[in-house]
Amino acid sequence: MRRTLQLGAGLGLAVSAAALATTPARAAPDQAQTLALLNRVTWGATPASAAEIEAIGPDRWLARQLHPGADDALPPAVQAQIDALPISSEPMAQLVVDLDAQNKAANALTDPDQKKAAQQAYQQAMTATAKQAATREILRDLYSPDQLKEQMTWFWFNHFNVHEYKANIRPMIGDYVDRAIRPHALGRFRDLLEATLKHPAMLRYLDNADNAANHINENYAREIMELHTLGVGAGYSQKDVQELARILTGVGIDTKPDNPHLKPELQGQLIREGLFEFNPARHDYGDKVFLGHVIKGAGFGEVEQALDILARDPATARHVSTQIATYMVSDNPPPALVQRMAASFQHSDGDIAAVLQTLFRSPEFKASLGTRFKDPVHYVISSVRLAYGDRVILNTGPVQNWVGRLAEGFYNHETPDGFAMTSAAWDSPGQMSTRFEIARQIGSGSYGLFKPDQPGAGDHPGFPQLQNALYYQSIAQTLSPPTRNALDQATSAQDWNTLLLSSPEFMRR
Amino acid sequence: MLRRHFIASAAAAFPAIAAGHVWAAPQAKTRLLVVFLRGAYDAANVVIPVGADFYYQSRPTIAVPKPDPANPNSALVLDADWGLHPALKDSIYPLWRQKQIAFVPFAGTDDLTRSHFETQDTIELGQPLQGPRDYGSGFMSRLATQLSGAQPIAFTDQLPLTFRGGGAVPNMSVNVSGKPGIDDRQAKLIEQMYQGQPLATSVSEGFQVRDEVYRSVSAEMVAANRGAVSPKGFELSARRIARLMKTQFNVGFVDVGGWDTHVNQGGAQGYLAGRLGELGRGLAGYADEIGPDDWNNSVVVVISEFGRTFHENGDRGTDHGHGSVYWVMGGKVNGGRMLGRQAAVTQASLNQNRDYPVLTEYRALFGGLFQRLYGLDGARLEAVFPQAPPVDLRLV
Repeated sequence: MRRTLQLGAGLGLAVSAAALATTPARAAPDQAQTLALLNRVTWGATPASAAEIEAIGPDRWLARQLHPGADDALPPAVQAQIDALPISSEPMAQLVVDLDAQNKAANALTDPDQKKAAQQAYQQAMTATAKQAATREILRDLYSPDQLKEQMTWFWFNHFNVHEYKANIRPMIGDYVDRAIRPHALGRFRDLLEATLKHPAMLRYLDNADNAANHINENYAREIMELHTLGVGAGYSQKDVQELARILTGVGIDTKPDNPHLKPELQGQLIREGLFEFNPARHDYGDKVFLGHVIKGAGFGEVEQALDILARDPATARHVSTQIATYMVSDNPPPALVQRMAASFQHSDGDIAAVLQTLFRSPEFKASLGTRFKDPVHYVISSVRLAYGDRVILNTGPVQNWVGRLAEGFYNHETPDGFAMTSAAWDSPGQMSTRFEIARQIGSGSYGLFKPDQPGAGDHPGFPQLQNALYYQSIAQTLSPPTRNALDQATSAQDWNTLLLSSPEFMRR
Repeated sequence: MLRRHFIASAAAAFPAIAAGHVWAAPQAKTRLLVVFLRGAYDAANVVIPVGADFYYQSRPTIAVPKPDPANPNSALVLDADWGLHPALKDSIYPLWRQKQIAFVPFAGTDDLTRSHFETQDTIELGQPLQGPRDYGSGFMSRLATQLSGAQPIAFTDQLPLTFRGGGAVPNMSVNVSGKPGIDDRQAKLIEQMYQGQPLATSVSEGFQVRDEVYRSVSAEMVAANRGAVSPKGFELSARRIARLMKTQFNVGFVDVGGWDTHVNQGGAQGYLAGRLGELGRGLAGYADEIGPDDWNNSVVVVISEFGRTFHENGDRGTDHGHGSVYWVMGGKVNGGRMLGRQAAVTQASLNQNRDYPVLTEYRALFGGLFQRLYGLDGARLEAVFPQAPPVDLRLV
């Protein structure tokens, strides 16, 4: 008999009646609870993650997830793959400048056929950079020990969504994830907000790069309030949007090495960090009234002031907490839970880990374990994690294709609202049957996951063994009689894998 | 086969009650397919203002020659002012002669961003331009909720914006090439696992749609084995869609890409002619495959996010413009006519000196069409297209 797990007092997970009803008498119920906790806090349970939580106990494990170390601590084979990606060595600013030059050269060609070919080559080069970013993210989702951080990285990217196929955003994506989002995924919301504001991917995507005094573009100003902070219906007015747009004038992108030509009195106001530029010559220095606050014309300091106001507004605490709870708990998270999370947000001045801790300690969270419908990215990543555990895949292409077929491709949501987090977006008939096809592909072969994306690379075919220790230790207990009955009728190991990955239980986390 | 009917909201489930009178939702009797040409097709080189010298002055290298029976690379006569691209000679032109297709020039949206994404979204959502957008509510979804017996489907990999909101609209690309990987035995076992679960209907309907698509595919394979020429590309998809629309669905959407012709688009021949030929074969194939009886009960509307610059650019292509030309086809369409308000094609009539103006707003056009097709009353039309009074072009 294995040592049974005791979930600590901080968690105090109660076994729900529903869980008991489907739990066979022989099983230790807390193992099912541990499995459910793993499936919610990570990208999907693996034998190794189950062993880790067993070794140190769920409280310490959760504390580690909430406060991971500064280093990624990725397995060496994973780190080596990431280091080998061109985007890991070439700085983003240089990449963007080089690709812009390639585009310019292509457009300068006079022969129409040559021009078309050169433009295609440029597009392909841009796409390659975004695919590398997706590879890096997928490898971390699959193998990083800091699973909550990686999950929240996806969440925050989606919250501050940019679309890779707009303009020249593709070469900016990897840097946006790595430098604007990930470092703050469990940090302070205010820092995250400013990091996204200063990133060229966001400034390009929501057009603030075009926002200048007397040439106002309100797009970003509106979305900051509507999507990123206060939330729609929080009581701000069109006038507030206009005023924030004025505050944001001059916040843009500069790919040129030389500083813009400025009058001497404005030169001290110029800010450049990488491609980010605050250009005082494009800024509206008039006073503004934003959300009832008078903001004196002062350059980029106005932006800092506006972000402080937005980040500390109770509506932001509510909106962000609602979003996190929707992602982590249910389509319609309990209002009382959201209220407590929002209170944590405010008390901690927007400490994301504190908000998550409030969530994890709540009875609503515990009661919801095992019930959240997986969106496609969760579905695919959790399948590959369960199938291969620590065995490192050598090609993320199949994973990118699977999530793309399920219409949740990395960085591929056109509109700033991000992918829907509600189940209705992902459980339509077409979605389900495609999901089962993917279950079969993952369950019955390696499908190119172990064939490096290089000419002449050898494959390592085979199929995964899902009927493993983790299955017997905990997954089996969570299955309903109809699911067990179907599994009993499997005609091969591959068939059994396919059915397990197709089961209603595996659709939820 | 009895399909689950689409019930998107309580509003659709219960008949509307007004002034003490109960009206049931109108029946979705006509089969409606909306074809979205994504990328903004160059309408002026497809439905061509052959009567305007200004057209020939504006497009020195890409213009399609005036109708000339001796020249196979010249435009086909539509009326005194307009001609049709010769790549559509054997597909769309016969439908014009049979008066089963009408063109609506100067059609589109008032959205002037000239951004593909923005304008596609605008059209798919069908909401007023002013005010915040609700990305969770597309106009075809709202249409489906206003009809009883609506069986909507998107023949696309992703559920398009226009079908967002309300109920679960199935989406399935018909570009499948082979047998589904999940076989019948596995499908049955999977359905058993979901019995009594909330997703049971979604799962079984998913297998059903998948099987319907596959049956269409295997029917083609049998035909091909008997020596029939297999259609390719969009024609293949369109014929499959026709079979599914004939038997299972009545509110459909499909998109066709590849129209963003900034560079080297060609004239009577070349890139755009190739795309058009494929589109025309697809649409004619749709009419053929659905059969004469069902074609009489079908309407296909071809739309695009905007037109392109009237003058060709320095790269023998065209850039983002404004007004487009929409197509409305079907057995009972009042075709063989150019419909809607028109303007003389001159420099002075161009919008911002650059492109066609929009004289028929797409929501008014669709509203007028839906009024005639389904008998939607004012309140129901308002629900589909808020603040957009319909324009009756007598399309059907």
